[in-house]
Amino acid sequence: MDILKERKNQVATAASGSPLNLDCGKKSTAGAVSQRACVFCGSRVVLYPITDALHLIHGPVGCAAYTWDIRGSLSSGSEMYRLSFTTDLSENEVVFGGEKKLYKSLIELIDKHQPKAAFVYSTCIVGVIGDDVEAVCRRVSKEKGIDVLPVQSEGFNGTKKDGYKVACEALDKLVGTDNEAQLPDYSINILGDFNLAGELWMLTEYYKKMGVNINATITGDGRVDDIRKAHKASLNVVQCSGAMMHLAKLMKDKYDVPFMKVSYFGIEDMSDALYDVAHFFKSEELFKKAQLLVKEELGTLIPALAKYREALQGKKAAIYVGGAFKAISLVKALRLIGVQTAVVGSQTGNKEDYEVLKELCDEGTIIVDDSNPNELSQFVIQTNSDIFIGGVKERPIAYKLGLGFCDHNHERKEALAGYEGMLNFAKEIYATAMSPVWQFTRHHKMRSSVALDQTPVDSLPNSKE
Amino acid sequence: MKSPHKTYTATRNACKLCAPLGASMAYKGIQGCVPIIHGSQGCATYVRRYMISHFREPVDIASSNFSEESTIFGGGPNLKMALTNVGNQYKPHHIGISTTCLSETIGDDVPQIIQEFRKEQPDLSHVGLAHAATPSYCGSHIDGFHHAIVAVIKNLSDKTLKNDKIVLLPGMLSPADYRYLKDVFDFMGQDVILLPDLSESLDNPHWHDYKRIPDGGTTPQELFEIGGSKGFIQFGDVFNRGASANTVSKRKIETPGSVLSDKYQLKGKTVGMPIGINATDRFFEAVLEMSGKQMPERYEKERGRLVDAYTDGHKYVFEKRAVVYGEEDFVIGLTEFLSEIGVEPVLIATGGKSNVFESIIKEKLQTGHQPKIMTGADFEEISEQCKDVNPDFIIGHSKGYYISKQLNVPLIRVGFPIHDRIGGQRVKHIGYEGTHELFDRIVNALLEYKQSNNAIGYKYL
Ligand code: SF4
Ligand code: SF4
Repeated sequence: MDILKERKNQVATAASGSPLNLDCGKKSTAGAVSQRACVFCGSRVVLYPITDALHLIHGPVGCAAYTWDIRGSLSSGSEMYRLSFTTDLSENEVVFGGEKKLYKSLIELIDKHQPKAAFVYSTCIVGVIGDDVEAVCRRVSKEKGIDVLPVQSEGFNGTKKDGYKVACEALDKLVGTDNEAQLPDYSINILGDFNLAGELWMLTEYYKKMGVNINATITGDGRVDDIRKAHKASLNVVQCSGAMMHLAKLMKDKYDVPFMKVSYFGIEDMSDALYDVAHFFKSEELFKKAQLLVKEELGTLIPALAKYREALQGKKAAIYVGGAFKAISLVKALRLIGVQTAVVGSQTGNKEDYEVLKELCDEGTIIVDDSNPNELSQFVIQTNSDIFIGGVKERPIAYKLGLGFCDHNHERKEALAGYEGMLNFAKEIYATAMSPVWQFTRHHKMRSSVALDQTPVDSLPNSKE
Repeated sequence: MKSPHKTYTATRNACKLCAPLGASMAYKGIQGCVPIIHGSQGCATYVRRYMISHFREPVDIASSNFSEESTIFGGGPNLKMALTNVGNQYKPHHIGISTTCLSETIGDDVPQIIQEFRKEQPDLSHVGLAHAATPSYCGSHIDGFHHAIVAVIKNLSDKTLKNDKIVLLPGMLSPADYRYLKDVFDFMGQDVILLPDLSESLDNPHWHDYKRIPDGGTTPQELFEIGGSKGFIQFGDVFNRGASANTVSKRKIETPGSVLSDKYQLKGKTVGMPIGINATDRFFEAVLEMSGKQMPERYEKERGRLVDAYTDGHKYVFEKRAVVYGEEDFVIGLTEFLSEIGVEPVLIATGGKSNVFESIIKEKLQTGHQPKIMTGADFEEISEQCKDVNPDFIIGHSKGYYISKQLNVPLIRVGFPIHDRIGGQRVKHIGYEGTHELFDRIVNALLEYKQSNNAIGYKYL
């Protein structure tokens, strides 16, 4: 296999016994077409769903233009977060500094939109022209009476993961600023769900049914005022450990709010996410209600999944997603519908994540950190995968090679979390794996060579082997 | 400089993209060329994602991936490593480098870095290197596109082979448009060098095996023939004058045409984007004159059918009010077309700031009305201005969709990007054929609107 030598230690194969020792958390190799973005991207995707805050990107136009309304996060209130504001620095400002423009921009936008808080993202260039963004933020904050929070997300300062951290630090400044609030018993914050396609609403519904009170949702359908009192909750339930873990840890240290890691993808993980909360509160009642809920949900879900599971039996999938925690859930969810994982990788996983993956996956599964189109395409061909699960950047690779594709990135518009989401996920995988169009792709060569053999067209899509 | 419609200091929902995107797109139209964006990882990834969502093709663009040290000590080592890795992994004919705001601001001397690279990596001496300086604060994506073509001509072309070909510089159009142009020349029996050639590389057929570099693009052979060609034809009234999407820049701006004239003493013709009958006529005139060929009957007929369509549909579009936005040259082309079919473009906007836009637009308008013309506009400004002009439809790329939704009027999706429909790479805009499609789409959108907003539900319209 043709892998850049700088990357050799970022690819491994699952085998029982030996530890994986994947060399992850590195910066991408220059010249490799990494699927990762930058620090700014990490901060931006995490903070973006805070709907009643102003998000201003300080830098030249591109960084803002490319991230305008790309995330499928929904709001039950303000739509302000979907606007893309940037200082759009021009040559003059790059030479003489952009502070004035930043200041004016902020004042005008705050006057117009009356946000509850403002986030100011520094992009690469701000890091080198020496603008004192913090000072501008302080000044505007004082003049306008709202929190104006600098997010130091210069793209070159690490990876997307570092961007999550920077975002968490900005959030940390908001948390604890409202001490008046009185929360009912069993109050939790949901961290790390971004309400893609309304997923968060499904989850909060489950928790509410159990009798759990949802305090702040950070950041899906997020509200500044909820975040301010987040420290009053009894528990942080953290999904997608990569993005929000840092905030959970900060809150543990500062306010002694405990946290637990969960995932909402797939039946097992989703149910555990409910049970674990009940266990945490040591409440028999919560637990019973959770059990009832799970039973009800599975009562409709399992029979509904049967059709898909039967059809998909024996298909192979390649997974390449942002966070490894999600990858872990996906492996399990796929297994539930009869699909085996042949390749699994993430942009930002850590050593432990990859060890978990190794334990979970079948022997021979390829495990990879920070991959690129070249490698990914080789992996899917080598493993003869049927389906690719990834983000928009992976989609054309899959399609060009004749693989099905399921978008599991932050841009998706399908709800894939929770029980309902599991069914949607099965449907998505089914729709892409079973489509008759593949008869013209993978089998094309075979068909042309056996053209006279009268193979009935409709027998082709499933006869890959 | 503040335009009258500029009510905010910040840009709100930008109506332009950044220069390395345009440059990378142009490089994609050179056969065997892999683009590298010299700067931090994010820019390259964003540009890729943006192009992938439109073309629905694999778009590999490498990054030199700055770290914090690179911003202090310079990005030379990173660029050299990127060149080496791309050279070894992709086995390209060429690598097309564009720079980001960051590498430009810290003052990386790319030509110098390239020289060092040449010395250190003799094994890769066969790989051609083109380099365009594309800091975004000096212009938009469309500047980037032109700068990359200039770089290709300067760094990769030659005049070793004298020939009878015509060099065609179409600018930022769809692969389908490029295919149309290729056809026209093919059919006339006139050899053409498309620079770049996006006809295939950004709209590849299905693959049996993964291709690191998609097929298609201006071939190395053609690059060698450029200097020995008959002459060139370029599309666009703004950028070929040496204007920039950002007038603040005082630099002398080289255009592909000016470099072809200076370097190879080639003669050229400039025509507008051939959208509409008048503009397409001028395009064909230029081709016929330069080639000495006759107008093929096929295109006479194509034109005739278009005239026929205009007459069939003229009433549906007459005095309909349109909002047009996008890149300068493209918007100018659309405006002329709309104007010749009787539509009133009431609001004409571009995110670029070239100072010639407004005067050219005024030349192109046939109807007597006074449209609002906005330069340096963003979508929120366009949206605010829209409220007064009361349009019947909007024409532009997909980012203006939200305005059409607010106003409840149809959006005719053209240009780049189209992120909310499939087939953006196959939308035709130019020539009699592309115009015909565009015309039908506009008429049908208006008919559909009328039909669905009417209680009776006419079956004949
Ligand atoms: S830094 Fe410049 S080149 Fe990079 S995305 Fe932003 S505007 Fe584009
Ligand atoms: S300039 Fe920096 S922050 Fe902006 S997209 Fe590029 S890498 Fe990210």
